[in-house]
Amino acid sequence: MTYFIDRRANAKHKSAVNRQRFLDRYRTHIKRSVEEAVNRRSITDMERGEKVSIPARDISEPVFQHGPGGKRAIVAPGNKEFVEGDRLRRPGGGGGGDGAGEGGASNQGEGMDEFAFSLSREEFLDFVFDGLELPHLERKNLVDLDEVRQVRAGVSRDGTPARINIVRSMREAQARRIAMRAPIRRALREAQAALAEEERKDPVLRNPARIAELKAEVERLEKRLEAVPFIDTYDLRYNNLIDQPQPSSKAVMFCVMDVSGSMTQAHKDIAKRFFLLLYLFLERNYEKVELVFVRHHTAAKEVDEEEFFYSRETGGTIVSSALTLVDEIIEARYPAGQWNLYVAQASDGDNWDDDSVACRKLLVERLMPRLQYFTYVEITPHAHQALWEEYERVEAEYDTRFAMRQIVEAGDIYPVFRELFKRRVAF
Amino acid sequence: MTRRQPIATGSDWNFEILDAFEREIARLADEYRLDTYPNQIEVITTEQMMDAYASVGMPVGYHHWSFGKQFLAVEQAYRRGQMGLAYELVINSDPCIAYLMEENTLMMQVLVMAHACYGHNSFFKGNYLFRTWTDASSIVDYLVFARKYIGECEERHGVEAVEQLLDACHALQNYGVDRYKRPSPISAAEESRRQAEREAHLQAQVNMLWRTIPGPLREDALPGLVDQEDPLGLHEGGRYPPEPQENLLYFIEKNAPLLAPWQREVVRIVRKLAQYFYPQRQTQVMNEGWACFWHYTLMNRLYEEGLVDEGLMLEFLQSHTSVVQQPAFDSPYFSGINPYALGFAIFTDLKRICEAPTQEDREWFPDTAGSDWRETLEFAMRNFKDESFIQQFLSPKVMRDLKLFMVVDDDQEEMLEVAAIHDERGYRRIRDSLATQYALAVREPNIQVYAADIRGDRSLTLRHVQDGRRPLARSVYPVIRHLHQLWGFPVRLESVENDEVVRRYHWPLAEEERRE
Repeated sequence: MTYFIDRRANAKHKSAVNRQRFLDRYRTHIKRSVEEAVNRRSITDMERGEKVSIPARDISEPVFQHGPGGKRAIVAPGNKEFVEGDRLRRPGGGGGGDGAGEGGASNQGEGMDEFAFSLSREEFLDFVFDGLELPHLERKNLVDLDEVRQVRAGVSRDGTPARINIVRSMREAQARRIAMRAPIRRALREAQAALAEEERKDPVLRNPARIAELKAEVERLEKRLEAVPFIDTYDLRYNNLIDQPQPSSKAVMFCVMDVSGSMTQAHKDIAKRFFLLLYLFLERNYEKVELVFVRHHTAAKEVDEEEFFYSRETGGTIVSSALTLVDEIIEARYPAGQWNLYVAQASDGDNWDDDSVACRKLLVERLMPRLQYFTYVEITPHAHQALWEEYERVEAEYDTRFAMRQIVEAGDIYPVFRELFKRRVAF
Repeated sequence: MTRRQPIATGSDWNFEILDAFEREIARLADEYRLDTYPNQIEVITTEQMMDAYASVGMPVGYHHWSFGKQFLAVEQAYRRGQMGLAYELVINSDPCIAYLMEENTLMMQVLVMAHACYGHNSFFKGNYLFRTWTDASSIVDYLVFARKYIGECEERHGVEAVEQLLDACHALQNYGVDRYKRPSPISAAEESRRQAEREAHLQAQVNMLWRTIPGPLREDALPGLVDQEDPLGLHEGGRYPPEPQENLLYFIEKNAPLLAPWQREVVRIVRKLAQYFYPQRQTQVMNEGWACFWHYTLMNRLYEEGLVDEGLMLEFLQSHTSVVQQPAFDSPYFSGINPYALGFAIFTDLKRICEAPTQEDREWFPDTAGSDWRETLEFAMRNFKDESFIQQFLSPKVMRDLKLFMVVDDDQEEMLEVAAIHDERGYRRIRDSLATQYALAVREPNIQVYAADIRGDRSLTLRHVQDGRRPLARSVYPVIRHLHQLWGFPVRLESVENDEVVRRYHWPLAEEERRE
């Protein structure tokens, strides 16, 4: 007796729990690998998983085993030229001829030292963003249609036939039938009883008129009973859908970078990573993230990603030109009520002296009131200049939504990034 | 030759075709009098196969990180293409569950049905070890019970506490079997029903065992006076346990002084599951050899009857030969003796000995040569395990075919010595040595509970009976650390050779040892 079962449609990922248990158990190991990867990887590379290796001895499941040494006999196949009594040199490692395949010794050689496995992209990013939370994820309730979702909310008396709730409708119908028939039934029973009583009387005493009248009554009531409709439009119930406003799921991120002559490619690479991390982070928190690249020297320009990171410019630096452009773009395309606005700025700290004050004014008066968050990283090993000082004053004013840090080399990015976005206590 | 009318051609399959093939295989198997459990054949995807792998083929299992590790390892190997997923996975249960992978070609599906659903299945039902140690009808229910129970423990006592306990139990799971005593059958309903009862009972037993300790023997605790409460005379001095115990997990379950009842139950679950796998560890060669023998026989019958075409048959032969191939010891593909190859060779040769014995066979197998092959194979399948099977049936011809030779590796000698080869002088010694190689007692160190100091410091002493000066691997320390967690008091382990203690291990380590 045999039967076939098609299980293909059944749940996959039966091992998901066990897999997660394993990842949790070796969290510290994995995190170390992930952090190394974040520092090492090139930018276009961030969107995939990561191979993680854990020293095998750290995750071994020990059991009692024979160790190397002692005297033992091994039977092996494939003899070609040996005869009894031959003496052979020990093969290096000594594990080669172990017929029972128990691999008793830890000197089995390479390949066993590391337990390697792959994290999926999701798992990788989970580790990257572990413990982080974007500041001020205030989700804006919007009324425009895009931001509304229909959700089930009980039943209602009207709706389209497609959403009819059969069970509830039939129940209503039954209740109505019971309610409507009860008085008729009662009258019918009374009439029948009266009729029966009349008919039981002695034929002499019967009142034929009364009998005819009662018979007519019974007939009329029976008809009425039958006339109670099985189902009535009045009974119909529909699954009710209501519009529920959705939190805003759109964010736009402005990448602002100084591309003046003083910014080297190494500086830009560092900036690039910072932007990328921010982007990945936003991407996970919002359904839709748009990127706007604004680069500037003495004048600002909106460019595409390629040009943003890889074209070379020379000249002086006027930071306010970029901030003005960002402000204009927000006015024109990203009304603050519908978009969560983030600005990330990278620079080496150079600016025309007079301009730094203008930057602060622009930020405090125009930009900060509308932004979710403004981050500024200064990529320089040198002392700070006027821009940093002015920004510090902005930070003092908007300390929960404004963050600034100094970065010296690529390895600093991730810690800085973490610090910028580390879980803040709600205030 | 019969008229060729294959059931299907090409490599595509559907359920009707599978069903038709299954009926034909069943008919042929019946002709050969293969006694099987009913089959439950499940078609699954690659991913589900990896899941099944990770849980050692169990359809349900409790959660533990080690299964996750297993899964990641399988997935990694599969993705890199280092490993094809085994084409079959079959569970010793009643009905016998076998998995067919969706991606397999028609040939593979037919082959797996012959191999797993009739080969392994009949082995599970017939072999004495499986009959003794496993209860096919209740294993799935028991697994469900185990998963539920451990899930509840996790809720009540925290995932971490349960995980640590399981880690410790897993380290000892190869020592969870009474090798010489038939176990009571496991049954989920029974387990659930009696579990509460047992918890109370166990605790009472343990309490009694440890009742008078750790204080010194009191005057009034002399034997005669406590007879009523101590019928076993446990407190009368002498070693406890009086005889060494080989079932470490059972000893822990019953005697560990500090375990909570739920912890004892978890130890029991691990022990019961280890017991379920115990026959598999001892019959790998036989089990695979038997299944290969039958898929080979059945596929050839299908071909003879014209039910499969030449294309499918060629594909089958290609697959079959790669499965039963034995690379030589110096080949880069060598990784020990291939149980499929060895088992298949012995069973095939056994059939030959029955049907066409040579003079040599008559000398070596006077009872077997010329007997009815079907009955002889059935007898071999039913009544042996790898060790005794090889000892009994490994023929000189198979040794010659595989070119077996025996090397003695003695760490006191500079060179290895070839002690025997496949010739007249060597056959018996090779056979003895290979059989020993498959003996569980040799493959795994022989470790038993020697004494529990129930009147003193409550320490537990294990004895490792060492053979051929083969020491324990370094993993001994983490294992006795786990044992220490379960026992709760110091654990000692002595390696004994020729009645002499040659090496001692203990846990916890003293301060200065830790620093080393």
